[in-house]
Amino acid sequence: MNILVCISKAPDTTSKIAFTNGNTQFDENGVQYIVNPYDEWYALVRALELKEAQGGNVTIITVGTASDDAVIRKALAIGADDAIRIDALATDAYFVAMQIAEYAKGKGFDLILTGKETIDYNGSQVAGMIAEALELPYISIATKLDVAGSTISCEREIVGGMQEVEVQAPAVISCAKGMAEQRIPNMRGIMAARTKPLNVVAPAALEALTTFSTYSMPAAKSSVKLIDPNNLDELVALLHNEAKVI
Amino acid sequence: MNLVYINSANGLSKAALETVTYAKKLGADVAVVTNGNAAAELLATLGAYGASTVLQDAGVDGQDPSQLVKLVAAAAAKVGASTIIFSHDLIGKAVAPRLSVRLKAGLVAGAVALPEADGSTKVNVFSGKAFGYVKVNSAVRIISLLPNSIQPEQTGGNCSTEAFDSQAGSSAISVKATKKPEGAIPLPEAELVVSAGRGLKGPENWGMVEDLAAALGAATACSRPVADIGWRPHHEHVGQTGVAIRPNLYIAAGISGAIQHLAGVNGSKVIVVINTDAEAPFFKAADYGIVGDAFEVLPRFTEAVKRFRAAQH
Ligand SMILES: Cc1cc2nc3c(=O)[nH]c(=O)nc-3n(C[C@H](O)[C@H](O)[C@H](O)COP(=O)(O)OP(=O)(O)OC[C@H]3O[C@@H](n4cnc5c(N)ncnc54)[C@H](O)[C@@H]3O)c2cc1C
Repeated sequence: MNILVCISKAPDTTSKIAFTNGNTQFDENGVQYIVNPYDEWYALVRALELKEAQGGNVTIITVGTASDDAVIRKALAIGADDAIRIDALATDAYFVAMQIAEYAKGKGFDLILTGKETIDYNGSQVAGMIAEALELPYISIATKLDVAGSTISCEREIVGGMQEVEVQAPAVISCAKGMAEQRIPNMRGIMAARTKPLNVVAPAALEALTTFSTYSMPAAKSSVKLIDPNNLDELVALLHNEAKVI
Repeated sequence: MNLVYINSANGLSKAALETVTYAKKLGADVAVVTNGNAAAELLATLGAYGASTVLQDAGVDGQDPSQLVKLVAAAAAKVGASTIIFSHDLIGKAVAPRLSVRLKAGLVAGAVALPEADGSTKVNVFSGKAFGYVKVNSAVRIISLLPNSIQPEQTGGNCSTEAFDSQAGSSAISVKATKKPEGAIPLPEAELVVSAGRGLKGPENWGMVEDLAAALGAATACSRPVADIGWRPHHEHVGQTGVAIRPNLYIAAGISGAIQHLAGVNGSKVIVVINTDAEAPFFKAADYGIVGDAFEVLPRFTEAVKRFRAAQH
C-alpha cells in the first residue's frame, strides 16, 4: 500500500501570536515551528501502522521553502520512508492543495492522508480540495482508519455523533484524534532521517484564490469578577441579569 | 443571487437558520439548496429568514461530499450564484473545499462575521488567538460560517420549494452504522457548555458535571488529558487540538486554563471558572470566577440553577 501523508508546519502551541508590517504578516520572530499535530499524531502515525502491518511505503509531502526542511526531517524521524517538498511559499489552501494534487496525479497512491486542520489557519480545506482535484472520494474528520484489500473503513464524525463508513481505494482522508497515538522519535529514527530521500520538486504554475489582507487581536478581557463559593444564587442571577446568557 | 446549502435531513438546525440569515444580510436574493426529503411545509419556513426559493434534491442522501458538491454546483449554475454559503460544520468542512476547486472560487473557511466594507471577511486564526481578514480573488466566493457567529433572524417573507434533479450520481461512501447519543446536544452548536478537567479526579465524578449540564440544558466538554486517559469520549475534548467552540456560556471546573485549552474556548461570550487554585491561569480569561472545590461548588450551582428555573415558571 502506498500512502501519501500531507504535512504542514505550524507554530508551536505556546508561540506568542503577533503581527508585523501594519498587521499584514504573522510575526515569525522567536517562533518555533513543529509538524502540525493532527498531521503528525494521527495521519502520519496511522500511515506507519498500516505500513507496518501490511507493507508498502509512506511518503510525506509539504509545500514550502528550504526553511521547512527541519520540520520534514522530524516527520522522517518518526518513520516516513521519503519526503517531497514542493518548493514554493504556501500562499493559500487552494494553492497548496492543487500543488499536491498535481504531484500525486498518476502516481498510484492508495491513500492520501491529511490532519483534520492546521492549528494556525484552521481551515480544514486542503484534503477536500485535493479530493476534488483528483476526483477521489473524501472521508473528512475520521477518527478510525482500517484497510482490507481495496476497502477502506473509517469512523467519521458527523453532526451530533459518529458514523462507520466504507469506501474503495484510492481515497483522501482527513485524520483526527482517536486514530492513533503520538510517537516520539528515537535516536535511531533521528539518525536515519538524515539520509532518507527528501526530493525538492518545482511548483506548478498556479495562483492562490484568497489572501489575508490584515490581522487583528481580540480585545483584552476585563478582569474576573469573583463570586463567593457559598453564594451560587448570586452567580446565577449575574448570568441572567448582567451577562444575559441564561 | 446568494445560494445557501443546508442539510435538512434531520430537520432545520440552528446552524441552517444562521446561514440563511447571513445570506439575507449580505443583500441580494437568497436561494437555498438542500438534499433529503424534508417536508415542503418545513422548508417553506425558511422564507421567514429571507429565502425566496428552496431547491430540494430528494435523491441525494447527503452522506458523500462528492455527491453534495455536484448538487451545490448544479444549483449555483441554475440560480447564477455569486456567493455560496455553508455552515462551517462537519458537512460544510467536507463540501465547501471541494466546491472551491470545482468552481475555482475562493473559500473563506470559518467566517465569524459579515464581510467588511473592503470586501474581506473575518475568520479565527491561530485557534482563536487572533483574527484574520480574508479577501477572495475570484468572481464567485464561497463562505463557510462558524456556528454561533450570528443569531437567526426572522424578517418575514415567503418562499417556494421546487424539486431539483441535480444529476449528482451515486454515493461512493457506504454507511455501515450511525451512532448518535440520544438527547445529547452537539458540542459545536451548543449555546451553553459545562466542561471539566483533571481536577475532577476520575470519571466516576462526572455525574456532577452532567447534572449541572442537564439543569442548564447545556452540552458537556472536557480538557485534553481527560479525553486522553479515557475518562470522557474524544469528541468532548475542546482546545487547540480538539473541538473549537464559541458558546454563549462556558463553565470550566477543575481545568487549569493552559494556553492550548484556552485556544479552543476563548471565543465564548462568557466564561465561568471554578478552581481551588486562585492562581490558576484560567481566571485571567474568565468573566466570573469561583475559588473553590468543584466537588462542593458544582452541586450547589446545579441547585441554584434549579431554583432559578423554578422561579421563572
Ligand atoms: C501540542 C499540545 C496541544 C494541546 N492541546 C490541548 C487541547 O486541545 N485541549 C486541552 O485542554 N489541552 C491541550 N493540551 C494540554 C494542555 O497543555 C494542558 O496540559 C491541559 O489543558 C491541562 O488539563 P487540565 O486543566 O484538565 O489539567 P491540569 O492542568 O492538571 O489542571 C487541573 C486543574 O484542576 C484544579 N483542581 C484540582 N482539584 C480541584 C477541585 N477539587 N476543584 C476545583 N479545581 C480543582 C487544579 O487547581 C488545576 O488548575 C495540549 C498540549 C500540547 C503540548
